[in-house]
Amino acid sequence: MTMSPSVITPVSFNRRLKNRVVQGLVWLAFILAVIPLISVIWLVVKNGLARFDTEFLTHSMRNIGARDAGGGAYHAILGTLEQVGLATLISVPVGLLTAIYLVEYGQGRRLARSISFFVDVMTGIPSVVAGLFILAFWVLVLGLGYSGFAGALALSILMMPTVVRSTEEMLRLVPNELREASYALGVPKWKTILRIVLPTAFTGIITGIMLAIARVAGETAPLLLTVFITDSINTDPFTGPQMGLPLYIFDQMGRPNDTAIDRAWAGALTLILFVMLLNLAARIIAWWRSPAKGR
Amino acid sequence: MAKQIEVSDLDAYYGSHKAIEGITMTVEPRSVTAFIGPSGCGKSTFLRTLNRMHEVIPGARVQGKIMLEDQDLYDKDVDPVSVRRTVGMVFQRPNPFPTMSIFDNVAAGLRLNGRISKSEAQGIVETSLKDANLWNEVKDRLNKPGSGLSGGQQQRLCIARAIAVSPAVLLMDEPCSALDPISTLAIEDLIAKLKNDYTIVIVTHNMQQAARVSDRTAFFNLAGQGQPGKLVEMDETSKIFTNPTQKATEDYITGRFG
Amino acid sequence: MRRSAFRRSRGEGPFRFATTGAGILLLAIMAAIAVFLVVKAVPALQANTSHFLTEKVWTPNATKPVFGIAALAFGTVLSSFLALIMAVPIAIGVALFISHYAPRRLAGVLGYVIDLLAAVPSVVYGLWGVIFLIPFMQGPSTFLNTYFGWIPLFAGDAVYGKSMLTASVVLAIMILPIIAAISREVFLQAPKMIEEASLALGATRWEMIRMSVLPFGRPGVISAAMLGLGRAMGETIAVALIFPATFDIDIRVLSANGNSIAANIANGFGEATPIGQGALIASGLVLFIITLVVNMAARLIIARRKEFSGAAA
Repeated sequence: MTMSPSVITPVSFNRRLKNRVVQGLVWLAFILAVIPLISVIWLVVKNGLARFDTEFLTHSMRNIGARDAGGGAYHAILGTLEQVGLATLISVPVGLLTAIYLVEYGQGRRLARSISFFVDVMTGIPSVVAGLFILAFWVLVLGLGYSGFAGALALSILMMPTVVRSTEEMLRLVPNELREASYALGVPKWKTILRIVLPTAFTGIITGIMLAIARVAGETAPLLLTVFITDSINTDPFTGPQMGLPLYIFDQMGRPNDTAIDRAWAGALTLILFVMLLNLAARIIAWWRSPAKGR
Repeated sequence: MAKQIEVSDLDAYYGSHKAIEGITMTVEPRSVTAFIGPSGCGKSTFLRTLNRMHEVIPGARVQGKIMLEDQDLYDKDVDPVSVRRTVGMVFQRPNPFPTMSIFDNVAAGLRLNGRISKSEAQGIVETSLKDANLWNEVKDRLNKPGSGLSGGQQQRLCIARAIAVSPAVLLMDEPCSALDPISTLAIEDLIAKLKNDYTIVIVTHNMQQAARVSDRTAFFNLAGQGQPGKLVEMDETSKIFTNPTQKATEDYITGRFG
Repeated sequence: MRRSAFRRSRGEGPFRFATTGAGILLLAIMAAIAVFLVVKAVPALQANTSHFLTEKVWTPNATKPVFGIAALAFGTVLSSFLALIMAVPIAIGVALFISHYAPRRLAGVLGYVIDLLAAVPSVVYGLWGVIFLIPFMQGPSTFLNTYFGWIPLFAGDAVYGKSMLTASVVLAIMILPIIAAISREVFLQAPKMIEEASLALGATRWEMIRMSVLPFGRPGVISAAMLGLGRAMGETIAVALIFPATFDIDIRVLSANGNSIAANIANGFGEATPIGQGALIASGLVLFIITLVVNMAARLIIARRKEFSGAAA
């Protein structure tokens, strides 16, 4: 650039410096954001492996004294599977049908607009408030007591809006030409939705549901208020307190001794593996669906 | 301030795909050079190599030499940012900054190069808008957003923005393809006026337009399906349109393909 | 009969009914949440011997229940805003990194890494915070107190790792991914032709971002920050054991004071009497309303953005 400043005016030092500084800051921001992630994953894996054994996966905490080593999270894993499974059974049909209403039937109606608005509101409900609601409604007013099912209800409240939103998005991606082609063949609307629209959006919907499951599987606060806590195995989600994996971690980390902390880390490792597997499965389904894959 | 451009043996790539190959040409100062050719023949790509906008696209790169007077634009010491400051560009679709007023749009380039006084900016904005034949239409609403103008006005605003920084060369990538005939005419008049001060290169799909506005015309074509685009011939516009040397040029101009 | 050929399909009615019913059920649930929280909160509020909105102390289980939301609401708001102040600049940086700085091939993977950050359950962050971050924060906190003690926020005679600041750091880490993800989306949507317009004028990358990307993305980033704020306010388990859990209004974030509505619910629930449960539900109602207002504001900004979107120009 020194050759002929008359032809090309060089960019001033100040401007180049500012450009560099911002670039540095952007890199720094990314590194700062990744450090906690690495720290969390590293500590969970390192500390979690100490107790991540068969006993941990197959035993409960029954008859494990305050300072005893051993014990496991079997009851918590079982509880989580049941609670999350029930929550899925409740929220997926409601969420799917609501999304179908919003996309296929509700267009422009006042009811659809208000449902859409309240789905947004529901998305923002803090999980602890969802827990408080089930506590007030199910446990206190109806007097039905703490149970895995109460927890599933609380998780459903968190899960439904997510399912609605992701399904809605997928249904809107289905091209209108497909619907019209089907109508033109004399297929009624509801059959068009069931046979044409839903199958087209199927993998996308499944991905959304998996991500929603992964999200609620790690929820603790709503369970604390509805499932309560127990050290024993309770296979019946409809009667009596249960345990859940997130609850188990919270319970163990609050206990003032190292063997409990070790169990909390092992629980965290189990939970992260569970959540990450769900995430991974969702991504694989999404990838499998994506048209770019074949090329 | 208009400058001559000399291109020698230039190739441009998108990733591993070679889009244009072996382009050698001279663009004369204070004249209008038109690039014509069928879609996908690389004329826009070539235009974008002239101010190093090509490499903005991820994976895109260039091989060869482009001399602006005695300065190689692709010399490793040359900052692409400074090249674009010297070689201005007007795009296919008018793209004024939507969040800025008409005034700020024209002043945007000036403000990049350090602080300028308000009166100085006002002077340059007024001159640029006058040069772009837009001043009379917008002088009463300089503080309104540029996106409120009509398409043709927006395009002239973009031209004003480009010439406000007094570049040596002005590149135009199908500047009228998104405009109605009347706006197109306004832009063509403007081009005729601007060539007294600038080196202008225009890509166009419209052969009448090339014939109307340009002094010299370059015809680009694909060597074949999936092959890179090449410069077929370049000459005085009148010669290209009446008596081209190459058969392909004649076929294209007479509408036999493309 | 001729008419029967044009009869409505038999399944149409029930199917339509089911989908509409599901939507109405959602509305009913929302209404029920408000109703039942109020119903269970009222008796406790009536038994309260102090003023709920101004009282700091939280002793609803006593024979003469005294409880109020003041200290808890203060802690909720302060910790969330601190988290926001820490998270937003970094999130914008991360979003810009992925959208405009990182090599193309890396960008997708890095976006995924940030999503992973969001997928880590809050209880795991809680565990990490209690075991690792509380002791770790002792150092930075002492530094802030020593050199920036003149700022009221960092003042105080003693410095604690288990503090409002540590809780805010955890909250910041937790809301960072959502702010970064939404910001990345809007930055990627910045129209390419406007970006090229600034580059063609001779803008550096930063100048291009300042002229074309940030103005376009600003409303999106603001609403992302508001959604993050709503999350931070409602976050419970990650900070339940990190807040010092006192009931004082204390601006000094390094002191042994600090609490939040959500953390207090998790901590106080175990030994709550019926009045105590009612009091916690009342506090949950307040949290619900605060987050509702914040989230609505965020949605409003998003909706407005659609109208003023530069993409239409």
